[in-house]
Amino acid sequence: MQSLRLSQMCIATSLGRGLDTHWEALRTGRSGLAPCVFEDVRLETHVGAIDGLDHLELPAGLRAYDCRNNRAAELALRQDGFDDAMASARERYGAARIGVFLGTSTSGILEAEHAYQARDASGRLPAQFRYSTTHNTHSLAAFVQKRFGLSGPSLVVSCACASTGKAFGNAARAMAAGLCDAAIVGGADTLCLTTLHGFASLQLVSPEPCRPCDGGRDGISIGEAAGFVLLERGDAPGAIRPGDIVFRGLGESNDAYHMSSPHPEGAGARLAIVRALQAAGLEAGDIDYVNLHATATLVGDKAEDHAVFDVFGGQTPASSTKGATGHTLGAAGIVEAIFSAQALQHQFMPGSVHLRARDAGFRSNVLGRGEARSMRRVMSNSFGFGGTNCSLILELAA
Amino acid sequence: MRVFVDGIGVLGPGMPDWPSTQAMLADGRDVVPEAVVLPAIAALPAAERRRTGSVVKLAVGVGLEALAQAGSDPADMATVFTSSGADGDTIHAILTVLTAGDCQISPTRFHNSVHNAPSGYWALACRATAPSTSLCGFDGSFAMGLLDAAAQVCVDQRAVTLLSYDHPYPEPLHAARLLHSVFAVSLVLSPARSDASLAELRVTTRQSQGSGCRMRQPGLETLRRDNPAARSLPLLGALAPRQASDDWENVVIEGIEAMLVDISVRRL
Repeated sequence: MQSLRLSQMCIATSLGRGLDTHWEALRTGRSGLAPCVFEDVRLETHVGAIDGLDHLELPAGLRAYDCRNNRAAELALRQDGFDDAMASARERYGAARIGVFLGTSTSGILEAEHAYQARDASGRLPAQFRYSTTHNTHSLAAFVQKRFGLSGPSLVVSCACASTGKAFGNAARAMAAGLCDAAIVGGADTLCLTTLHGFASLQLVSPEPCRPCDGGRDGISIGEAAGFVLLERGDAPGAIRPGDIVFRGLGESNDAYHMSSPHPEGAGARLAIVRALQAAGLEAGDIDYVNLHATATLVGDKAEDHAVFDVFGGQTPASSTKGATGHTLGAAGIVEAIFSAQALQHQFMPGSVHLRARDAGFRSNVLGRGEARSMRRVMSNSFGFGGTNCSLILELAA
Repeated sequence: MRVFVDGIGVLGPGMPDWPSTQAMLADGRDVVPEAVVLPAIAALPAAERRRTGSVVKLAVGVGLEALAQAGSDPADMATVFTSSGADGDTIHAILTVLTAGDCQISPTRFHNSVHNAPSGYWALACRATAPSTSLCGFDGSFAMGLLDAAAQVCVDQRAVTLLSYDHPYPEPLHAARLLHSVFAVSLVLSPARSDASLAELRVTTRQSQGSGCRMRQPGLETLRRDNPAARSLPLLGALAPRQASDDWENVVIEGIEAMLVDISVRRL
């Protein structure tokens, strides 16, 4: 697989705005989870809500795209110099040569939830409900594409909680096939009644802040997030400089086991991990740290531990950052790709926030506290409903 | 991008399968709409089969037709699912429950609400552990799915099955997304010519404010405009004649924003 450079990143989660804020949180073990006060939801649960979305305005001319999900995207895109980087990229490549490959699971469904609550006596939705620019799954990519005035390929990957991880694969193959020369990869998923009540119905939600990989874990905390990276080719001489973060490969698989439960021994996860190593031309021993998908469900964390131990043995350090952000669903892949890139840049492995005692049955080397350690390559896992799995590998250029 | 079409599946109003659709298109006849009969997915265990709605049956059914024609094993086949609207019946049921006091969503409804539910059921039915993605490109969903699938064929040098499908929403969502017809298409695409190959495609993109190819027959043109998956009809029209092509035939399909997808077709 060709090497692609993550030349710019930006992020917004419940931990705050921008890369520096997130790195400070990961280094100190801060969590953004708090008791749920979202809308009129009466669930005993913690959520990772992004501060400041209620009054955020989208750029003039794009107000038709106004919904919580696109506001989260807007907030992230305003951070970390992403606007300037895109202006420069657009000048270098041209608007038609930059693709937009994003992920979301629920897009702007909160707008449809509000519209259903406001149905009139004959059951009609209010006239101001704009389906195509809010609720439709592609709304996010259309918004980002218009925001930067781009006209290349534009798609949304919607593979539940693996969406934004998998979007790296769509971008990489489009660039390899010559459909574009650079790509925005990432996406957003935001709080809505559908996911809060849906996960509650599956009895997968913890009343406490979630504790991935803990022996006493009892479910997820739902979070919201948006994050984006600019991917550029690294194959020209001198294109990759020491310290750059390089996307080395992605492995994708399907469990073919159950719609909402993972294979108990992590067979699908293992396949994604092995395929990522194959795509990158690497061995298990080349990976220095694994950012786990681990969301704090009983069966999910156990299955992933099985898969990770199977491939990497009991030495390779691994941790889950979901205790800090909550499970940001379709955005988890991009959030954790960015965290993995930061781990490489700072040579520090984030710990598993809220972990008290590692599950006694686990055999992989799950870190509780963060550790300063030398790292060259990291893997980040994302798995979702429908049995969809992906693992991606990032490398620090020497 | 250069790819070979090894199998085709179609399901739409008055278009129950590819052979009858092929005959209609090759003869230049217009469609006579009839109710679409969605196939049950025999390969699923009974418990899972009961949980599948219209959109899953539509997508999986059309994909299995294409793979049977290509003679390919679905278990090892990479797939690209693409749809603008996914499962409106499930979304409507959830949105309705959320306005009731207790917000008790059925667990099955919830996992069926994900955009990649057809891919999940496909994997269960075919025991397919191969890579599979599920995309949305609004009205450009077919074009974006074709680009992604063709890129995967060319870059990874493996066969990929494209499944593009859209189904009307129930009211009141229907009024907000006017889509009247059911349509799905599936193409098995491979990197090299084989005995199964029906046609060769060369796929490129360009920027233009121009529009894509239209259908000459009014009923087919109405269908093409109505359903994002039916944007594929001009391509199906070029694939339909039974005789091999003397020359390349050009088809233009609208993408997103100012992107047009040019497809040169040569029947083998």
